[in-house]
Amino acid sequence: MPLVPAITDLEKLKDRPLVAALLKWNQNAVQGAKLDRDELSIYVAREFIRQACECLKAGGLVDFLSDLTCADYYPREPRFEMAYHLLSIQHKQRVRLKARLDGDDAVIESITAVWPTANFFEREVFDLFGIRFLGHPHLRRLMMPEDWEGHPLRRDYPVEGYR
Amino acid sequence: MGHLTTAPTADPAQDTTMILNMGPQHPSTHGVLRLLLEIDGERVIRMMPDIGFLHTGIEKTCEAKFYQQVVPLTDRIDYLCPMVNNLCYVLAAEKLLGLEIPPRAQWIRVMLSELQRISSHLVWLGTHAMDIGAMSVFLYCFREREDLLRIYEMVSGQRMMTSYFRIGGLALDPPLGFFKAVKKFLDIFPERVDEYENLLTGNRIFIDRLKDVAHLSAEDAIALGVTGPALRASGVDFDHRRDLPYCSYEKFKFKVPTSKDGDVWARYVCRVQELRESREIAKQALEGLPEGPTKADAPKVVLPDREKMKTEMEALIYHFKIVTEGFTVPAGEVYQAIESPRGEMGYYIVSDGTAKPMRVHMRSPSYANLQALGKMCEGRLIADVVAAIGSIDIVLGEIDR
Repeated sequence: MPLVPAITDLEKLKDRPLVAALLKWNQNAVQGAKLDRDELSIYVAREFIRQACECLKAGGLVDFLSDLTCADYYPREPRFEMAYHLLSIQHKQRVRLKARLDGDDAVIESITAVWPTANFFEREVFDLFGIRFLGHPHLRRLMMPEDWEGHPLRRDYPVEGYR
Repeated sequence: MGHLTTAPTADPAQDTTMILNMGPQHPSTHGVLRLLLEIDGERVIRMMPDIGFLHTGIEKTCEAKFYQQVVPLTDRIDYLCPMVNNLCYVLAAEKLLGLEIPPRAQWIRVMLSELQRISSHLVWLGTHAMDIGAMSVFLYCFREREDLLRIYEMVSGQRMMTSYFRIGGLALDPPLGFFKAVKKFLDIFPERVDEYENLLTGNRIFIDRLKDVAHLSAEDAIALGVTGPALRASGVDFDHRRDLPYCSYEKFKFKVPTSKDGDVWARYVCRVQELRESREIAKQALEGLPEGPTKADAPKVVLPDREKMKTEMEALIYHFKIVTEGFTVPAGEVYQAIESPRGEMGYYIVSDGTAKPMRVHMRSPSYANLQALGKMCEGRLIADVVAAIGSIDIVLGEIDR
């Protein structure tokens, strides 16, 4: 299918059930929304991420955490964008929650209490991006050796050569 | 020398459990998986998987490659079904580009994905049975897998690291005699599945080792992110091929095997039925294969045919440009999930508008399924741990990436 321009206006997307549910719950938590290539992304303020997940899960709009990861937009600030890919097995639809994090304050609340599967995913992001998750039960390196210095998936970490 | 004292400890209750290390060189951990088991006698109280021994930083490597150069890297993620990984990546990249793929290419992709599912399940069946103690099944399974590897070799020149699906279609049209070979395989395959079932499904020892072992309820499976046959064996009827179709799967008719028991036996039954269903899908793809091109009409993205490249100047220029500079991809982000033999395989690609992806993340099914292992094995015997590992069918390549 040919590309159509993304819709980034929250006003145009506020009638979508997932966006409407979050807006109804807390208007301050929703920073924006984007519909690009048939995928809906909702930007959530980082202090509300766990509650936003709980809200959607309690409302029956999503029930499954597919994926949790991060992307580094270095040198832009806020540098990190967390991406939570949520799935509704019941309604057969997906949504992406996003949260922006500053480079010098890369901390976000853990959602392991909502979905225990986030455990490994958050540990991996902690390991490779250096983002700390508050309330994670066992936040230790997962992929790299325990004594490794640096976080390899950051954009300012070289792909080859000695660090 | 305090630790050498022979005096009894003050609290004898502290002495009842023991930590046992299993792996990373244990044959039934299917790779380099290390498990830390806290055991009381022969009962497992707690289990913690320790991974990362095979971490090669593929996600980081992807950032330094052109989009088309990432395809061979995806083969290495899940080496038992490389084409399914190729498919997931190229679908995500095509979504970013907004490419339209011709039907013939889509149907060949479906056919090969299902053959890959069969060959991946055959490795699972052989090794799972071997873990339990049925040695001969392995040889039967690898006999059919060998036929399939020859088919992959015919079509791509490689037995395992195929890289046959490319952004915009297929690497090249299948060679003469390929469809005949596929048909021959699909014709004999149901008999062969009967043969495996004869060996295992009625086997008393096999049933005793698998039934009522390593239970996982539907709620736990969803909470722990379990997908694929393991989720369906717990009673959740969800399959991406049917429920969120991709690559024209909506045009195929097939059943999704499920079970309510949630034990190792249920997972075994679901996967064996999937072998038969995959054969059905591949058969439909073979019989209804549309004619037409196998590459999208996008000269700036898809490499031209060799013949054209040698005779037409434009084709030569495009070829040179794609190989030396890659192609730019409009900025944006996509998450494409497909049903791999193990569950939900997802690729999250972020493009910043250049010829190299800014971020490629693979959501691998084994990675999430592995987290359910602790829940499955709590309170069970150590011998059941081996059965449970086999039943979630992990591939360490995609766990560690």
